[in-house]
Amino acid sequence: MKLSRRALIKSGVAVGGGLAVAVWLTTERGKGSAELFAPNAYVRVPSSGPIRVVVGRVEMGQGTATATAMLLAEELEVDPATLVLELADADRAYDNPTLGFQLTGGSSSTVTSWEPVRHAGAAARELLKEAAARRWGVTRAELTAKLGEVLHPPTNRVARYGELVADAATITIHTPKLKAAKDFSVIGKPLPRVDAVEKTNGAAVFGLDVQVPGALVAVLARCPVMGGAVKSLDDAAAKAMPGVTHVVRVPQGVAVVAKTYWHARQAASALVVEWDEGPLATFSSATLRDTHRTLMQDASKRTRVRDDGKADEVLTASATALSAEYFAPFLAHAPMEPQNATAHVTATRCEVWAPTQGPGLAREVAARVTGLPIDQVVIHQTFLGGGFGRRIGQDYVAEAVEVSKAIGAPVKVVWSREDDLRHSFYRPAATHALTASLEGGEVKAWRHHVCTQSVMLQVLDSFLSGLAPKLPTSVKQGVADVAKKVVPGRDATSYEGADSVAYEVPHLAVDFTRHEPPVPTGFWRSVGHSHTAFATESFVDECAWALGRDPVALRRAMLTKRPKHLAVLERVTEAAGWSTPPPEGRARGVAVHECFGTVVACVVEVGLVDDAIRVHRVVLAADCGQVVNPDMVRAQLEGGAIFGLSAALKQRVTFEQGRVQQSNFHDFPPLRLHESPRIEAFVMTSDAPPSGIGEPAVPVMAPAVANAVYALTKKRLRALPLELSEAT
Amino acid sequence: MISFTLNGRPTEVDAPPAMPLLWVLRDVLHLTGTKFGCGMALCGACTVHLEGSAVRSCITPVSAVEGKAVTTIEGLAPSEAPHPCQRAWVELSVPQCGYCQSGQLMSAAALLAVKPEPTDDDIDAAMSGNLCRCGTYPRIRDAIHRAALLAQGGRP
Repeated sequence: MKLSRRALIKSGVAVGGGLAVAVWLTTERGKGSAELFAPNAYVRVPSSGPIRVVVGRVEMGQGTATATAMLLAEELEVDPATLVLELADADRAYDNPTLGFQLTGGSSSTVTSWEPVRHAGAAARELLKEAAARRWGVTRAELTAKLGEVLHPPTNRVARYGELVADAATITIHTPKLKAAKDFSVIGKPLPRVDAVEKTNGAAVFGLDVQVPGALVAVLARCPVMGGAVKSLDDAAAKAMPGVTHVVRVPQGVAVVAKTYWHARQAASALVVEWDEGPLATFSSATLRDTHRTLMQDASKRTRVRDDGKADEVLTASATALSAEYFAPFLAHAPMEPQNATAHVTATRCEVWAPTQGPGLAREVAARVTGLPIDQVVIHQTFLGGGFGRRIGQDYVAEAVEVSKAIGAPVKVVWSREDDLRHSFYRPAATHALTASLEGGEVKAWRHHVCTQSVMLQVLDSFLSGLAPKLPTSVKQGVADVAKKVVPGRDATSYEGADSVAYEVPHLAVDFTRHEPPVPTGFWRSVGHSHTAFATESFVDECAWALGRDPVALRRAMLTKRPKHLAVLERVTEAAGWSTPPPEGRARGVAVHECFGTVVACVVEVGLVDDAIRVHRVVLAADCGQVVNPDMVRAQLEGGAIFGLSAALKQRVTFEQGRVQQSNFHDFPPLRLHESPRIEAFVMTSDAPPSGIGEPAVPVMAPAVANAVYALTKKRLRALPLELSEAT
Repeated sequence: MISFTLNGRPTEVDAPPAMPLLWVLRDVLHLTGTKFGCGMALCGACTVHLEGSAVRSCITPVSAVEGKAVTTIEGLAPSEAPHPCQRAWVELSVPQCGYCQSGQLMSAAALLAVKPEPTDDDIDAAMSGNLCRCGTYPRIRDAIHRAALLAQGGRP
């Protein structure tokens, strides 16, 4: 979910608060009351009861609640397991400093919490110590803080943090320094998840579980072609169904409101709707690859995004050029929790509960739909039943607000799985053409041409609202119109990973051709890297085989200036036994890729079961800088691997006359437990600042498997999902 | 009125007989630990125990539980004495987003009830109906083996 700051800057679009760096005030002021000490956005110390950590990023499985609790606990000097989680409402205090608004994505949560949350803990701790110092008539230097208490060792005096809050709330001190890494007692430990208990006893509240008194449940009848509108509606039969309270037309379709989901769903099937299908109705994905090929021939539509040496000249003159074309389909995210939101709109207030990755965006959307000032809109976060980028979109929030506004009552809008798969923001399909000149046992030139759709284009409206919330709507619209013309031609999310390919090639060029079918696109876990790495890591493997070189050896030879790449490659090849023969009937494949500041290498072991590809074993290593919790990092590597394998082996979204052909988990199948490989995940040690880990395991999976399949069968699979029947 | 035993308590609901148990639990009884994922018994997020066996509540009409015993994640074990699966899940930090885990735990608990020492093949067979989009499968497998040990009073 990389939100390309770079693309926006290059285009000269205002990025508002986008590039805030960690510049701290030189003093810290105690805030709060005698009952609750609240010196900053992340910590709440009540006079009695457990201390709360406010989680500003959303928890969608990636472990940010655990990481935030650990970062706070490290400096606050409390046991992270004793902290109670408070999920932050929409509030600009929680804006993501690299994105300029409150949003969780781009594998940025630990990166952006690393300093601010530790700072929040240190400030709170020192204010509490100062309160104790004044009470006891001693200096702060004589005091220590440990496990939620301030101690004065010379006199054995002890005060619980809660006993000090009334005083601490009135004090001002100089900003304290953060601990050095060598003094960490919490950071770096494989502590258990702080949300594990409530996620194993049914208590965790996801968006779908929100209970608002008096709330009704709504489902929407949606045009089978996205972007369509109601032409005519006969709702008489639906309205007469039991339990139904309202049928209302909203911009997104027809909402059927009832006392339960089941009643609403039954009644929705009794609606008679005629639709205006809109521009997507003429689109079928079967011819997409041909369209890409035609566009890629047109030099006027091409933008060169990297140009080292003289790739065109060298390739034209080369007698030993190798060419290959790769294809990646549209994909949906299909998080386990279907989209939903609960809204309660009155004349003066709009309250929303939603499993959203962007509470700040949700607030903008709700304000826009209701016409209410932003300070009369309240967005409550819940746990997210998966995100993967899908919940950066705010469509379900807009729907809940529309329906509540229309019926004048609180309402929960609930999507079906079919709604989720057929009305999404899809990972764009992409065609990649690569050519290399192989001379003297080496890759002398490399040209990579990407043809795909812009992701940024589709989200600019909502992003710009978040970046510049105080601007009048007319100004925002003007900026958005300009940006739409400028940004997409240079949308780095389309070719990221291709332009940043790590291999040392003297002549290297990367071209981008934009194709814009009217398909809504969005950020899908690892975004552009999800398809560019399939092309680059498959093609370098093809080069190795063509040169008669070992795929790992060739990569090493082309990565001599990339110590992180070399180290993770070394780790996985050693752990996987690359230099030893694989078990009978199996072969190994390798891939290495950098994204979100993190380098991941992967070796897979593949065999055939009933003539189908079966991945038996996955070995991963990641260098993501300093690690807050190595077990959470391993969990992201494991989960990313399985997410990547599902797409590599099974998933595609196709369109026929604008209709998504897939509908549920039978035809958009994720990997199941019995198909899952054994996974070994290694986390490299590092002194560097943290980099992202939620996404970087995904891109390496498809090429590693394709490379292993080639080693096993000598069939080179160049289209996703990988199917032996499609071998060329 | 349909009468059944829910988490050990006699329960009566006024619901259409064809209404799936899932929505009776969630929208009538407001017991939200049981999750909606697909509505077609493809994902297992809605798994509950009916007379001790794992069933998909999204396709089980409430009329089918008349006079029977239903257990949901909320009733799997008392909070002061969690089920061995719940203990193992926490110990190994199995959940990521957590949304599918109620269903995973109900399937795993039903497996352990009939096979106290399941093999990997047993786990494959019992758990292949429960999807997890976060990819927690390797930890689920480890946690089931761990729970089997815990159930026998085993230590690491």
